[in-house]
Amino acid sequence: MSTPVVFDPMTLPSDDNVNSYTFCVELKGSQWFLQKGKMIAYYGRIDFNGIGHGRFERLIRTSFHSPLHASDWVVAEGSGKMLLADRAFDVNSYDLDEGNLTIRSGNLLAYQPTLALKQSIVPGFLTLIGTGKFVAASNGPVVFMEPPLRVDPQALVGWADCPSPCHHYDHGYMTGVLGGLRSLTGIGGTSGEEHQFEFVGAGTVLLQSTEVLMAEQPTGAVPGQPGVPPGAGQPGATPRMPGQLGDLQRRFGL
Amino acid sequence: MFRLQGSRTLAVDLAGDAVKAKNGSMVAYDGRMTFKKMTGGGDGLRGMVTRRLTGEQMSVMEVTGQGTCYFADRASEISLVSLHGDKLHVEASNLLCTDSGLRTGTTFTGLRGGASGNGLFTTTVEGTGQVAIMSDGSAVALRVSAQYPLFVDPGAYIAHQGNLQQHFQSGVNFRTLIGEGSGESFQIRFEGEGVVYVQPSERNTIGGDV
Repeated sequence: MSTPVVFDPMTLPSDDNVNSYTFCVELKGSQWFLQKGKMIAYYGRIDFNGIGHGRFERLIRTSFHSPLHASDWVVAEGSGKMLLADRAFDVNSYDLDEGNLTIRSGNLLAYQPTLALKQSIVPGFLTLIGTGKFVAASNGPVVFMEPPLRVDPQALVGWADCPSPCHHYDHGYMTGVLGGLRSLTGIGGTSGEEHQFEFVGAGTVLLQSTEVLMAEQPTGAVPGQPGVPPGAGQPGATPRMPGQLGDLQRRFGL
Repeated sequence: MFRLQGSRTLAVDLAGDAVKAKNGSMVAYDGRMTFKKMTGGGDGLRGMVTRRLTGEQMSVMEVTGQGTCYFADRASEISLVSLHGDKLHVEASNLLCTDSGLRTGTTFTGLRGGASGNGLFTTTVEGTGQVAIMSDGSAVALRVSAQYPLFVDPGAYIAHQGNLQQHFQSGVNFRTLIGEGSGESFQIRFEGEGVVYVQPSERNTIGGDV
């Protein structure tokens, strides 16, 4: 190979990868949800509109149930082909068929409105429910694994269907004087692998082939009701007014 | 003669001729090579002054010798572009290596450059020969023709060649001001005949995460 292949609107793939870092979405008067700033180029007539826009009332009622994310997502509509990419990470599309999948919020790039996006009970994760296609990024190619298994927290991308995610600590390092000393000081050789996420049950677990995390998208605060686990990554966040969509700074991209 | 050794290393076969490459990008060579730093991007005195003034600075070395020289920079993906008397516009930071027969210079890009976080000027490469450009992730080459104009995110743009007009387009409206912006408010529209290279990653732009 010498020069790169030159694509035009005819030769660009439709809803498929252009290379391992770039995904092409074909819009034919249809709509896609995408995360802000992930579009790199497009042909045709495509409009990008922020959510919180009167016209999308119906669409958002059916496929967007994460009000605290509203400022991070955009609706693309029109006809043409658009290229999506994220910081030169590997990008892949996945099809859900009457299924559900929970994914780390920073990894999801775009999804079809036939899917419904909901905030997961597990802080920092989002759940997609329904039938349709979505695009997700990962640092290195994604590996699919079957539970039961234990995974490193940083390598976890998401899980599909219903395994039960829970924490797992290696017993020997958590008990006893020696174990306590080891885990506190690191002397005597902690492997850094004493804590894992454990999955059991039927389903699939998605792993990325690195332990470098992608930047988290703030998942917003959950309503502070009894019985609702607190959201992650928002220590000391000021309580929000009901119906408030996001911080002003975030909306300006600061 | 340029060829790719893997996707992130450029191998150049030299037989007594010369190439211009980004300073310090040589990773290995066999044969005999001499490396000479070219002051001011190798465009002569006038070019040196222009580059200093425009901030489109490039430190370039001239490599001469017999054998094969390998170039790479920060594991960036490399694409080869062949020029046949036409002109390639590329950001100085994305230019790895050019045939020594090609003329390099600077040109004013207008608002587009300001928005892409690369300054108001860009580098041009003109003549007949080969150019190696770098990108964060493999670059995608997109053809622009009269019936298919192309819209590109300023942060993902790396280079273009051919007879293209670029317009800076802003979709800023009152919604952006009240904070319900689409995040894709700034785009460059390319019209004409040519090829645009984009990278699957976005630089930091002045407008923030646009």
